[in-house]
Amino acid sequence: MKAGRFWAWFVFALGAAYFFIPLIATVEFSMRMRRGAYSFDAYKVVLGDARFQATFGYSVLAAVFTIILGVLIVVPAAYWIRLRLPQLRPIVEFITLLPLVIPAIVIVFGYIRMYGSNSPLPFLATDTGTNALLVIGYATLSLPYMYRAVDTGLRTIDVRTLTEAAQILGAGWGTIVTRVILPNVLIAVLSGAFLTFAIVIGEFTMASLLNRPAFGPYLQNIGANRAYEPAALAIIAFAITWGCMSLIQILSRFAPKSANRPN
Amino acid sequence: MKLPTQWLGVAPFFIFAIMFLILPTLYLMLGAFQNDAGQFTFNNIVGIFDPPNLKNYMQCQYDSWTSWVDGNCQLPSILAAYWISIKISLASSLIGAFAGLAIAIAIVRGGLPDWIRSATLTFSGVASNFAGVPLAFAFLATLGRLGLATVILNTLFGLNIYAHGFNILSFWGLTLTYVYFQIPLMVVIIVPAIDGLKKEWGEAAATLGATMSQYWRMVVIPVIWPSFLGTVILLFANAFGAIATAYALTGSSLNIIPIVLYAQIRGDVLHNAHLGYAIAFGMILITGLANVFYIWFRTRSERWLK
Repeated sequence: MKAGRFWAWFVFALGAAYFFIPLIATVEFSMRMRRGAYSFDAYKVVLGDARFQATFGYSVLAAVFTIILGVLIVVPAAYWIRLRLPQLRPIVEFITLLPLVIPAIVIVFGYIRMYGSNSPLPFLATDTGTNALLVIGYATLSLPYMYRAVDTGLRTIDVRTLTEAAQILGAGWGTIVTRVILPNVLIAVLSGAFLTFAIVIGEFTMASLLNRPAFGPYLQNIGANRAYEPAALAIIAFAITWGCMSLIQILSRFAPKSANRPN
Repeated sequence: MKLPTQWLGVAPFFIFAIMFLILPTLYLMLGAFQNDAGQFTFNNIVGIFDPPNLKNYMQCQYDSWTSWVDGNCQLPSILAAYWISIKISLASSLIGAFAGLAIAIAIVRGGLPDWIRSATLTFSGVASNFAGVPLAFAFLATLGRLGLATVILNTLFGLNIYAHGFNILSFWGLTLTYVYFQIPLMVVIIVPAIDGLKKEWGEAAATLGATMSQYWRMVVIPVIWPSFLGTVILLFANAFGAIATAYALTGSSLNIIPIVLYAQIRGDVLHNAHLGYAIAFGMILITGLANVFYIWFRTRSERWLK
């Protein structure tokens, strides 16, 4: 057992080295902007850049709309499948896994060809339409995570009894979903939302191919033209991802741990 | 009136999935078998196997597995781009899978303190989502020509990795970078599977006189094998479709298939729109085949588990 513990420490140390050296190196690099002394100049330059603020704001907004769209699509479907249509579960699970199999670049390529200016549904003809298509694409990317999060949340509540109780009290379907089911799976929805946020905020492929002024293409542009700012941006992006994941962890403490009833 | 209420709840989901996931993909797949006039053809698929298609776009070709040839430009092919993509995805998913498995076993079964387990899991959650352009920046700052690791290795140990043929803008450079999100993804997925190993199985095996290696070979590996294999395929697809990291790291100089497709979408560099469809079709085919392989394997191993 002693040898086992040695190897466990060894593996852990090796992994820690691989994962921390790039972070340390990036922090160090990002502070080298002023010659001869460590400084936060690169961060100041980045945060003060008007394009940073504009693209970051755009991507935050896109992320918020993506989350809203994802919730609108996923919550009713997951709820209805638990309640009435369990036979559809394998199909829906299969569909939600497709975005992990079909690369994002292929999906967006399909959009560009199908929803161009000359098509019956010309999303790409207007700016608003293209923005909408970006949000739709992001919602597709987040489908696997959103669906799993919501479905896990639904598993911990007794969907049938809650629905019947609400119906006896005279609630319609809209009221049931928005005022009974959604509040009960809110924590699950929020973890899906933060994961979506982390994925969407720096997304490059779709934003770039749809020519949107988003954060991902901005990052790429800075990377191609500057020396120290990219390192600072990498640290900022890491901090954002860290923040989202921490929020998910904090939220999971409030979530009910096990099912009230197996169903 | 039964039908509408019955399907109303799932209708938005299915309409969305059909319009924005299934139809666009089918559109490309059908387009791969059509010419400009809309007639059925195999020419686009055949075109993938033609070498000189990227003549005007790519300046340099990746010469072999590990070496980068400057100024010795040859004509790359779409086929070569697929091949490099497959190699990078395979290498990064296998390295990521085995390293991730080792770390998962170490933190679950290695007798390490509890805080290490939870810290590793938290960090893995973050690192598995730390991909794309920022990841490329981090590795440029580490292993680029002026990166911290490069400089330290050179000044402290006199080891100039660039003189020894290493380049961050190469096969191994990109693989090493991809592993940064592959390992944590493996850890996040495989730790629950290892947790699922019951303590009683180990005790039962020991009672029956099994050695440690027999226990691992005959109990542990068969039980976690399906989730392990499934994750390897997920990692493969993850790397195969990724473009942002590679694009930010190498520009358009490393000729992987998503970058070729990206260039084709932006500017029709292949001068044949339907050839782009064929490339997309090939990408779906490869990730799809990987999944078929996984399902086939899983049903086989489930039969053994029964």
